[in-house]
Amino acid sequence: MIRVEQTAKTVDEALELVLSKYKVSKEDITITVVDEGKKGFLGLGTKEAKIIVEIKEESEKRKEKALEFVKEVVSKMGIDAEVTLKEESENLLVNIESPDIGIIIGRRGETLDSLQYLTGLAVNKDSSEWTRVILDASGYRKRREESLIELAKKKAERVKYTRRKLSLEPMNPQERRIIHTALQEDPMVTTFSEGDEPYRRVVIALKK
Amino acid sequence: MKELIEVLAKSLVDNPDQVFVTEKIDGEVIFLELKVADSDMGKVIGKRGRIAKALRTVLKAAANKDRKKAMLEIVG
Repeated sequence: MIRVEQTAKTVDEALELVLSKYKVSKEDITITVVDEGKKGFLGLGTKEAKIIVEIKEESEKRKEKALEFVKEVVSKMGIDAEVTLKEESENLLVNIESPDIGIIIGRRGETLDSLQYLTGLAVNKDSSEWTRVILDASGYRKRREESLIELAKKKAERVKYTRRKLSLEPMNPQERRIIHTALQEDPMVTTFSEGDEPYRRVVIALKK
Repeated sequence: MKELIEVLAKSLVDNPDQVFVTEKIDGEVIFLELKVADSDMGKVIGKRGRIAKALRTVLKAAANKDRKKAMLEIVG
C-alpha cells in the first residue's frame, strides 16, 4: 500500500492530480477526504482541499483477485464454502473448507487442479510477472502428498524384490515431483518419467 | 451453470463485454454455448485445449452435484 497526500482547490482536482501522477485508476485506490476546502470570498477565507489516497500495489490486487475469483466460482457451482488466503514464499495459498469438499476436489483432485489452473490464469492475466496460486481443500494436498510418498516407498520395495522396473499410474507434474523426491535418497532405485501429458507416468527402476 | 461459465470466461478474456453464454436444457443434459471475441479464443481454449478442458472439468463437477450432465461448446 502506498499512501499519498494531495492538496488542490477542490477534492476532484486533487483526485485528478493523483490519478495522473501515479497512473492508477479509481478502482485501485481508496480516498479519504481530510478537508473539503472552501472557496472563500474575494480571496479571503480560501482553504485548499486535502485528500489522502491509498494506492493498492499489484501484489495486493492479485491477492484480492484470487480470493474473489475462488469465492465467486465456488458459489456459482452451487457450493457453500469458506475461502481463505495466505501468502507463503511468493506463492498464494487459497484454502477451501466446505461440506461439499468432495465435489471441489473431484476424482484424484482433478476438479481442484482445474480450479487452481483457472485461478492462476485469472490472477495473472494483466500482470507482468507470474504468481503461483495453489488451491487446497481441507488439507487435501498434504494428505495426497503423504499417500504418494507412501506409495513410492512401497513400489520401490517391490522393484527391489522383483528386480524389475515398474511404472506408476499417470500423474500431473506436481505429483510426479513428489514421487521423484521421495525416492531420491534411495541408493537402490532410480526414477524417471515417460510418456506424454496428460498420461505421463513415473517409472521406478533398479540402479545399474 | 450459465453464470458459472460466464464468471470463468470473463476473468480469462481481454473483452469481458463480448462474452455470451447460452444455455439449453434437455432433461438431464445442459447444453452450454460460450461465445467470445475472435481475439479471445485462445484465452478460453489454451494450448492443446488445456483451458477448455479445465472449464469442462469444473462445469462437470457443478452439474454432477445436481445429478445432471453438462456439455460445453466454444464458438468464435
